[in-house]
Amino acid sequence: MEKNVALIALFAALIAALGLIPKLTLGFGVPITAQTLGVMLCGTVLGSKRGTLSVLLFLLLVAIGLPLLSGGRGGLGVFATPSAGFLLGWPFAALVTGLIVEKWRGGSLAVVAGVASVIGGIVVMYAFGVAGMSVALDKSLVEAAVLVTAFIPGDLIKAVIAGMLTAALFKARPASVLSRYAA
Amino acid sequence: MISLTSPVKTRAHGWPAGLKLAGLCAATVGLFFIQNLAVHAGILCVIVAIYASAGPLFFKTGLRQLRLIWVFIAIVAIWHIWTGDIITGGTVILRLVSALALANLVTMTTRLTDMIDVVRVLTAPLARLGLNPAALEMAIALVIRLTPVLAQKGGNLTQAWRARSPRKPTWQILLPFTVLALDDADHVAEALRARGGFTPMKED
Repeated sequence: MEKNVALIALFAALIAALGLIPKLTLGFGVPITAQTLGVMLCGTVLGSKRGTLSVLLFLLLVAIGLPLLSGGRGGLGVFATPSAGFLLGWPFAALVTGLIVEKWRGGSLAVVAGVASVIGGIVVMYAFGVAGMSVALDKSLVEAAVLVTAFIPGDLIKAVIAGMLTAALFKARPASVLSRYAA
Repeated sequence: MISLTSPVKTRAHGWPAGLKLAGLCAATVGLFFIQNLAVHAGILCVIVAIYASAGPLFFKTGLRQLRLIWVFIAIVAIWHIWTGDIITGGTVILRLVSALALANLVTMTTRLTDMIDVVRVLTAPLARLGLNPAALEMAIALVIRLTPVLAQKGGNLTQAWRARSPRKPTWQILLPFTVLALDDADHVAEALRARGGFTPMKED
C-alpha cells in the first residue's frame, strides 16, 4: 500500500519535472515537450493500474490550480482550451500502454514498450485530442486531425525513447519494471 | 511551489469552492449551446468587466492566460477568413475565450486548500470502491513536495553530464533520472511505513 502510493506520487512528480526540461524543437519549428513521454513511461514502467492512477493524480493537481504543465500552465483554464481532449486522453493512454506491455510477453521489451507507447501514447491520445479539438473549434474530425499532424513525428520519437528507456531499466533493475515483474 | 490562486483578494475568494465549480460546469455547457454572435460578445464583455473590477493586477494575470489559446484563435481566424464564414468563426473564437476566462476565474479566486476540500468531498464515495482517502491526500502532498526535489536532482544530473562531456545532454539522461525517482519511491514508502502507514496498526 505505502509502496504503491509512493510510486504513484513519484511518477506524477516525474511528469511534472519532465515539464521543466527545456523544450526540444524539431527541425521545422514544432516544439515537443517531454511530459507525454512521462505518460508513456507511467504505462510501460508502472503498468496499467498504477500508471493510470499516477496520471490521474497529476491531472487532479493541475485542475486544482498547480502550474505543473510545461511552461508553468495549470488551473481549470487548461481544461477549457481546445487541446483539453489530449489531457483527458492521458489516463487512457497510460492505461492502454500499460495493458499492452503487461499482456504482450513475447519479443524484446524495447519493441513491445515502443509499440505500446505508439498505440497508447499516440493513437489513443490523439483520438481524444482530435475529438476535443473538433468540438471546441467546431470543425470536422478530419479537419481537426490535419491540424495536429505536425506533432506526430515528435511523439513517435518519444515512443521510441520510452521503449528504449523501459528496456534499459529492465536490464539494469528488472524489479523496477512493475508492468513485467510484479503482475 | 506556488498555486495559481490570485494574491489579489476578491469577494469571490470567500464563496464556497463547490458552488463556484458547479457554476463553472453549468456556464461552460451553456456556452456551447449559444450560437448567437451578439450574445457571445455580450457574455465576453461581462467577463472582461468582472476581471477589470478586481483591479489591474488581476486583469493582467487573467490576460496572460490567453497565451494558452492564441494559436487556436489564429488558426480559426485564418480558416474562417479563408472560407468567408466570419460569423461562425467569431462565435467559435468568442466561445473559446469566454470558456477559458471563466475557468481561469475560478482557479484565480479559489485557494488550494478549498480545492482540496472539494476533492475530499467528491472522492468520499470512492472509499467504498477501496480508495483510501488518507492515501489520496498524502499522495497530493507528496507530489507537491517531490516535484521540486526531482527537478533539482534532474538539474544535478545535467550538471554532472556537462562536467564530463562536451556534448549536450541527450535523452539518455532520463534513465538515471527515472532510477532516481524509483529510488525515492522506495525511501518514501519506507518512511511512510515507519510512521504507521495508511492502515491502523493491529494490536497483538
